Amino acid sequence: MSIALLAGPPGAQGMEGFAAHRHRLGDLPEAHALIDSVERTNLRGKGGAGFPVATKWRSVASQRGGTPVVLANGGEGEPLSRKDRMLMEQRPHLVIDGAILAAGAVGADEIVLYVGADHAGALQAMHRAMNERPASERARLRLLSAPVRYVSGEETAAVHFVNAGIALPTSIPPRPYERGIDGRPTLVQNVETLAHVALIARFGDEWFRSLGTGNASGTTLVTVGGAVPQTVLIEIPQGIALADAVNAAGGITSNSDAVLLGGYFGGWVESATAWGLPLDGDALRQQGYSLGCGVVAVLPSGRCGVVETARILAYLAHESARQCGPCTFGLRAISAAAGRVAGLASTPGDLEHIQRWAGVLAGRGACRHPDGAAGLLASALRVFAGEFSLHEYQRRCSVASAVAAAS
Amino acid sequence: MSDRVALVVDRIKCDGHGVCADLVPEMIELDDWGYPIIRSDAIPPSVLPHARRAVSGCPTLALRLQALASRR
Repeated sequence: MSIALLAGPPGAQGMEGFAAHRHRLGDLPEAHALIDSVERTNLRGKGGAGFPVATKWRSVASQRGGTPVVLANGGEGEPLSRKDRMLMEQRPHLVIDGAILAAGAVGADEIVLYVGADHAGALQAMHRAMNERPASERARLRLLSAPVRYVSGEETAAVHFVNAGIALPTSIPPRPYERGIDGRPTLVQNVETLAHVALIARFGDEWFRSLGTGNASGTTLVTVGGAVPQTVLIEIPQGIALADAVNAAGGITSNSDAVLLGGYFGGWVESATAWGLPLDGDALRQQGYSLGCGVVAVLPSGRCGVVETARILAYLAHESARQCGPCTFGLRAISAAAGRVAGLASTPGDLEHIQRWAGVLAGRGACRHPDGAAGLLASALRVFAGEFSLHEYQRRCSVASAVAAAS
Repeated sequence: MSDRVALVVDRIKCDGHGVCADLVPEMIELDDWGYPIIRSDAIPPSVLPHARRAVSGCPTLALRLQALASRR
């Protein structure tokens, strides 16, 4: 399997130091027309939303509200994802290279490295890496640890934390690219995205495109978990089948009816469909799915999709920033009802309520937190429709019954 | 068409008083928790005066009018 970001020494050896990094990849190149080159790769943001990178950079570069700032976003809050923290642990200099290149491309004079406080290994590696850089670069770099919270990595929350120490989303407009850190245009870019740029600047857009499969471009980091031997981070050519990624992670350890694709903000897919899906953001989007932040979680046999969904909804309700009513109260109500249905203790109308509420939350928060929860719920209601009905109307769980029968 | 406007709400400011839904039911309904669900399309001219009253009457100043990009 071709790899790019994770080429070099095995991850188990830990962080690749600056000397080894430079020896392997050469100095940071002078990047001429980098935005054009990035545009030709069709690179999209790897934080989850999948926004075109070149478009974002041009927006920041064309603002007039002061000298731009770059925020390298390593505030990975998704519980099922490992990619950002492991990338920072193993290849911090790729991330810093990418941030410096991005700053050059958009005209920024300051770079904030924003790393989740609970990612101790990543924080340590980024700190060490920063101190290995030449003084001229170090002077423009600032490392901040992001509070442990699901929404901390949301881009307005990250900017809010840098400005005021509060890692909660703010109302848009203004978006960070218009007015962000210190009121200046701010490029908030996921750390994996920046690491890809570090290689595109060195080897070119044609090279990057050639790493993908079919029409897909480049590689992408994927965290494979659930019914596999262990949760692993792999780098795959974009566009390979989901089943190939699962096989690269060691293959499934049990039969499985469903896969959670894209993490808590993604959606459930029936396994029969999922195995053949191409792991490519663009292709998945066209089919109504999302690669999100690159999570592939295989539901093990013996685990009920309704119960798992209720557990995730409880987490998302708890992680709401509680700033917007529809998210605060809507997710709380959804989580409570889903919990009753999952626990075979539903009250009449619970399932009907959930079905209706899944449709009224999108677009009704300052950030996309309610949208993510509603999307996950809608996918669960489709994929586990029979199981939801069984729970609600017969107060039975087919998985629990099967487990009980086998023991 | 520069006068095509829609109602938008600042979700963080909104406390769900529900005044807006009383004043412009043509454009706003409330969800089960009392928070506005707002139609995103242009406000008809006959409804615009009520929409303006809703904007000025919002207790938390969360509601505003926003020009819509003209679509042709």
